[in-house]
Amino acid sequence: MMRFLLLFSRQGKLRLQKWFTPMAEREKKKIIRDMTTMVLARQPRSCNFLHWKDLKVIYKRYASLYFCLAVDNQENELLALEVIHRYVELLDKYFGNVCELDIIFNFEKAYFILDEFLMGGEIQETSKQMVNRSIEASDMLQETMEEYMSKPAF
Amino acid sequence: MPAPIRLRELIRTIRTARTQAEEREMIQKECAAIRSSFREEDNTYRCRNVAKLLYMHMLGYPAHFGQLECLKLIASQKFTDKRIGYLGAMLLLDERQDVHLLMTNCIKNDLNHSTQYVQGLALCTLGCMGSSEMCRDLAGEVEKLLKTSNSYLRKKAALCAVHVIRKVPELMEMFLPATKNLLSEKNHGVLHTSVVLLTEMCERSPDMLAHFRKLVPQLVRILKNLIMSGYSPEHDVSGISDPFLQVRILRLLRILGRSDDDSSEAMNDILAQVATNTETSKNVGNAILYETVLTIMDIKSESGLRVLAINILGRFLLNNDKNIRYVALTSLLKTVQTDHNAVQRHRSTIVDCLKDLDVSIKRRAMELSFALVNGNNIRGMMKELLYFLDSCDPEFKADCASGVFLAAEKYAPSKRWHIDTIMRVLTTAGSYVRDDSVPNLIQLITNSVEMHAYTVQRLYKALLDDISQQPLVQVASWCIGEYGDLLVSGQCEEEEPIQVTEDEVLDVLEGLLVSNLSTPVTRGYSLTAIMKLSTRFSSVNRIKKVVSIYGSSIDVELQQRAVEYNALFKKYDHMRPALLERMPIMEKSATNGPTEIVQTNGETEPSVVEPKHPPLVTQPANQANDLLVLLGGNDVPVIPTTMPTKPASAGGELLELLGDLSLSGGPASAPAPSVPTSQPSFLLDGLSSQPLFNDIAAAAIPPMTAYNKNGLKIDFTFERANPNPNIAVITIHASNSTEADMTDFVFQAAVPKTFQLQLLSPSSNVVPALNQGTVTQVIRVLNPQKQQLRMRIKLTYTLKGSPVQDLAEGSYMAMEDEDNHTTAVATNTQTGIKKGGDVGDNGACIDRQPDTVVHQAGLNQTAGRGSRSGPGAHAATGIRVLKASHTEEVYCDAVGD
Repeated sequence: MMRFLLLFSRQGKLRLQKWFTPMAEREKKKIIRDMTTMVLARQPRSCNFLHWKDLKVIYKRYASLYFCLAVDNQENELLALEVIHRYVELLDKYFGNVCELDIIFNFEKAYFILDEFLMGGEIQETSKQMVNRSIEASDMLQETMEEYMSKPAF
Repeated sequence: MPAPIRLRELIRTIRTARTQAEEREMIQKECAAIRSSFREEDNTYRCRNVAKLLYMHMLGYPAHFGQLECLKLIASQKFTDKRIGYLGAMLLLDERQDVHLLMTNCIKNDLNHSTQYVQGLALCTLGCMGSSEMCRDLAGEVEKLLKTSNSYLRKKAALCAVHVIRKVPELMEMFLPATKNLLSEKNHGVLHTSVVLLTEMCERSPDMLAHFRKLVPQLVRILKNLIMSGYSPEHDVSGISDPFLQVRILRLLRILGRSDDDSSEAMNDILAQVATNTETSKNVGNAILYETVLTIMDIKSESGLRVLAINILGRFLLNNDKNIRYVALTSLLKTVQTDHNAVQRHRSTIVDCLKDLDVSIKRRAMELSFALVNGNNIRGMMKELLYFLDSCDPEFKADCASGVFLAAEKYAPSKRWHIDTIMRVLTTAGSYVRDDSVPNLIQLITNSVEMHAYTVQRLYKALLDDISQQPLVQVASWCIGEYGDLLVSGQCEEEEPIQVTEDEVLDVLEGLLVSNLSTPVTRGYSLTAIMKLSTRFSSVNRIKKVVSIYGSSIDVELQQRAVEYNALFKKYDHMRPALLERMPIMEKSATNGPTEIVQTNGETEPSVVEPKHPPLVTQPANQANDLLVLLGGNDVPVIPTTMPTKPASAGGELLELLGDLSLSGGPASAPAPSVPTSQPSFLLDGLSSQPLFNDIAAAAIPPMTAYNKNGLKIDFTFERANPNPNIAVITIHASNSTEADMTDFVFQAAVPKTFQLQLLSPSSNVVPALNQGTVTQVIRVLNPQKQQLRMRIKLTYTLKGSPVQDLAEGSYMAMEDEDNHTTAVATNTQTGIKKGGDVGDNGACIDRQPDTVVHQAGLNQTAGRGSRSGPGAHAATGIRVLKASHTEEVYCDAVGD
């Protein structure tokens, strides 16, 4: 199963954190620190895999943002790259040419999308369309609270 | 109260902060506002506030005070509130929160909500952070939703069930009925999550595994449909139909086919099909191939299929994509045990990966390279690996070095090659090797008798080049010490012999002693080497001088060695040649891989040195472990038994060491000197200032009965230490003529301040009935001022369940100077009556000195070694002043001076 997914900038600023196993706040912070330093220290054109404790860490950089996914040892790291890529596609589809700022200002949307794609550390939906449809339908349900009225204007 | 600022507004503001401090200030201000809004139970803006809090949480600021607010949001009727509430719950709550109780109710309500998206939120939250209590409470709801026809809920329920099973495995059974027609579902989301659920159940229970084996044909059919069906836009990824589902099915097949012939047989074809039909120009195709290979290697697949799998990995190795190369190396490492020869074919490609710039790949390649080393390719592989060791990053050196050691140990074609290889490692990566490599190499060298001259020459040369690699220097020092004579005689055939003089060799070793680069351990090696050369070289005077200089070294370790060696020059010069003799060939310990012998300082495997072997005389205690290991329990040059030439200055260490040799001497805490006795316990005592011999004039003083009453009889026998006439050794023998055993027997003795007394542990604390045995206990008394010895003793024991305390008095014993003819005259009167005055038989009065100390056996001994059940059980009373008013004394008056 997947253990956690972190999104952080090239400066090491956390943009999204999803933990699939319960963990103490302090431990989370330590992992975030470890991951950012480890991943940011990697040479360009290295492979996208790292080992950290008993986990496989798969990371990939999209523009200014690093996606860092930690999975159990028996997981398929090539497929994990596809998981990351799928999430990026979903974000891109939702925001339309997604950039880091979209995720900063609409972080809750990024979480909602993720929750329709992954759940409990496993892939929940393998079809992009299905995820998008669910998100749209959920958004429709949201009432007219001012900050959710308009789609993100950034 | 004005409306709080919007989330986006806040984010924008915070992002304008130029410094950390500025940001912190903004956030504190906002947090204060949020808190007060929470306090006012403001419902309108709660959602906005929690959202803002989540943003701050992401920035690393505390947000726990929003936990309860999340619950309130979840309980709200608005979907927006619920959405943010559940998100907040997943982010802010962890498993141990008490709010979970409240949460369980909220989730339960929402699982039965009429809107599927609300149900979805509840399922998602439960599947993400549900505690085991929550899982227990809500498993029924989850199971219900798993049977619904709504695929949106069904897939979430399946993953929720996975979470429930992970948390509470015993709930697994309850989901079994619902799994029945999961695989007939068309929806890929449901299909995928169902496969995940089945996988989880199979991995957790062998029963489930057996039960679900019947699903293999169905899984094969689904997989076949996926790879055979044409383009389906909904699930297509770079031309491949639903790779996520394919991989999951392949993994489930792997689990079902593992060690099951029929299932494996049933999936052979489809695996071959996937392996050959998958498009590999993109990562996603390779992901499927990779999973296929793993499945093929794990199940009982046909041999042709296995070859195909290894070849796929071989192709992976040549792939331009580093990721693919990486997984190839990882999976080859997994299969190298089972398909060694097949992997061997890709050896050169694998070795090439050692030169990759990527550290992840390098590491995998290194591990795999070591796995591929065998007797046939050792020379070639080692050349590559040594080259790698030379050039690799420091993080690899330690692992690489131990890998080389292991491989060399296993497959070395010749001893010379082996020694050369290890020496090469020590010169290139000396500071990275594990501590145990030094003794291992020394053992190897010692055992290669014909290589001694060659080795010592090589090492000497290496020392001339570089004295910074400590392990190398240590080995070199040791070898020069052992084989210094071979070095200067220059009788080495293979190399061109180097001409060195004794003085040059000593110069080098002395250089090590003073060099800043040398560690204390290295200095110790070096000093010992110099000492050993005193029997191999003629320049004994120079060596004496060096050794004596270090007698005042501030390094305790070095000083101790030097003092001991000095003593060897002076008092025991006649034994020096024998003691410093060359080490014999060591027997190999059973497990001698570099990874397997791990010593920690001060501890030696008791099995390494048999107790019958004398302790190492030339070796200070905390170095001795190295040497002990080297000795390997084999023949040691015979040193007269119990002839410790150890001038004790740090007896504790030595004793600790000897403790493992089953010489349970006490530590040096008691200031009493020691005498060897019939008990082996005192072969070496910490503070004996002179060598002690066992030939004690035991019969010098006739035995006497010190106490005989109520069936308990205590006899004293006397021995006198030959070299130290000030020490008397009294052995008490307690026997019991009653019909019942005397238990909890404790013998205590007290002496005045001018004496020093040591009580050893008794042989038992039970005196057997009917004289069926005796309890012996040794008392040693030091009487440096040669005064009359006076002693009080106290006896306690339990007879037939009732405690008895008794005292006896009146005895003489001898403590004399030179000659052995003093007789102890015993006037033995048991009174059992408390005596008012302390009048001894000779009129000598024992003063009731407060510092008259009762030495309780065991207490003076090494902590933990004294028997706990025995007298040690009285340890609570400890060493304390024996109040004269409560005791009666036996005076042992020394006579004869």
